[in-house]
Amino acid sequence: MPKSAAQRKGETLIEFDTVAHSYSGGELFNDVSLRLAPGSFHFLTGPSGSGKTTFLKLCYGALVPTAGFVRVFGDDVRQMSRDDIAIARRRVGVVHQDCQFLDHLSLRENLLLPLTVSGQEAVDDDANLKELMGWVGLTSRIDAMPPELSGGERQRAALARALIMSPDVILADEPTGNVDWEMSQRLLSLLIELNKMGKTIMIATHDLGLIRAAKNHVQARVLRISGRRLQLAGADL
Amino acid sequence: MSALRSILDFAIGDAQAERVVPPTGFTVRLTVFSSAAMAFLVVFALALSLASGRLANRWSDELARSATVRISAPVEQMAAQTEAALNVLRTTEGVASARALTLEEQRALLAPWFGAELPLDTMPLPQMIEVIESADGFDGDGLRLRLAGEVPGAVLDNHARWRAPLVSAAGSLRLLGWLSILLIAMATGAMITLAANAALAANVQVIAVMRLVGARDAYIAQAFVRRFTLRALGGSAIGTILGAFALLLLPSASEKGGFLTGLGLHGGHWLLLLLVPILAALVAFLSTRMAAHNTLRSLT
Repeated sequence: MPKSAAQRKGETLIEFDTVAHSYSGGELFNDVSLRLAPGSFHFLTGPSGSGKTTFLKLCYGALVPTAGFVRVFGDDVRQMSRDDIAIARRRVGVVHQDCQFLDHLSLRENLLLPLTVSGQEAVDDDANLKELMGWVGLTSRIDAMPPELSGGERQRAALARALIMSPDVILADEPTGNVDWEMSQRLLSLLIELNKMGKTIMIATHDLGLIRAAKNHVQARVLRISGRRLQLAGADL
Repeated sequence: MSALRSILDFAIGDAQAERVVPPTGFTVRLTVFSSAAMAFLVVFALALSLASGRLANRWSDELARSATVRISAPVEQMAAQTEAALNVLRTTEGVASARALTLEEQRALLAPWFGAELPLDTMPLPQMIEVIESADGFDGDGLRLRLAGEVPGAVLDNHARWRAPLVSAAGSLRLLGWLSILLIAMATGAMITLAANAALAANVQVIAVMRLVGARDAYIAQAFVRRFTLRALGGSAIGTILGAFALLLLPSASEKGGFLTGLGLHGGHWLLLLLVPILAALVAFLSTRMAAHNTLRSLT
């Protein structure tokens, strides 16, 4: 895959500057600063409820920090309009644990959804889609309905949907949470392959085995949310 | 031209975008039924309003141009006082014509109350003089003073006393008709807003996925707005057609039937019915758009 404009310019894709975030229940984290450089690979770990999902949501503008600044592709999310955020999300592929498909649409339609909503459907989309489906090993399931897919198939399909717009950044929230070890290794290898193609990857997971397995194949930074702070981990993994 | 193009694009829609948002059955039925029922009511409110308007104008025009002089005098002075009154009227500025009603005409006026066989020639009835005003009209107070001075038994009635409440009543009826149309439009808007909110709530997961993959609010809202606008257009077209048929079934206007039989639409007023579905669609468009954007603003 060719390098994106962001990568060519070497810009910071997503930047956290002394960020804090609170819910009505209390503060999740504070004073978090981080830069996601093009082509980097990050794991985000921490106990359940530590704020991993919130952290990812801040990355794609689904949440606004209660203090500090989050800049997505150079723009402060607080200053971005809803349309700006929608357009920025086309450069960020998000894979959720629960996949979030539209059950009344076929897998093909679900995967093409990012192109449909952005009005970018083209005649060669079908060829691109088949190539992508082949890459995630779902060619034979292209006309299936989402409820007919297994957990592993859904996760790979979610990854394919996240990639259809050729995003600069891929954020995966517990992508292996609902699949067995073999499937989690397969998903991980797909994400590592994407990183080698130049994509920026951030995976939120509490699965330390996954992180250990990845470290043999990719240079990844491991971040841990602990005590309401973001810390660099790794030596103990 | 570009506005026409936009309306055409909106009507044609985007088949793929339509597929993304699944239709919710009960909101379809609710929107179509309420639009049809409201359009049916609007047709009658419109007919009532227009008929009242016609009535008010007719009463106002016809009665404003005429007046009556009533002469009550002993039988032996009646002819002289009638002639004197006619002389006064002929020399009054603003009076186009004046003439004494014949015995037959007076009999016809009283017939509805006393029957056609009334022996008028044996009764001491006042003499009536019909006065037709010119376009400028006459000075009623001045004429009253002259008649009082020259014809002691003459009383001028320029109909203002009873014309005003009639015209006012017809005007109020017309206003009531328009107010009803406004209330029906507001009720339609409220019902479509409720249906749209229900559809949006039922599709909140769909909306969340669309936002996640980069859909703009306008794209998501359009799928809902187009659907509800077309439903309201279809429903109100059905209601309007049924209302028009019902109006056609009303008895035609006649003297005997009076106001009630004149309730139908006349001439070019039938064309106004074409506006009913268009206005219903506009109300649906605005209410769904507002509901959709309010819902979307509450989602991330």
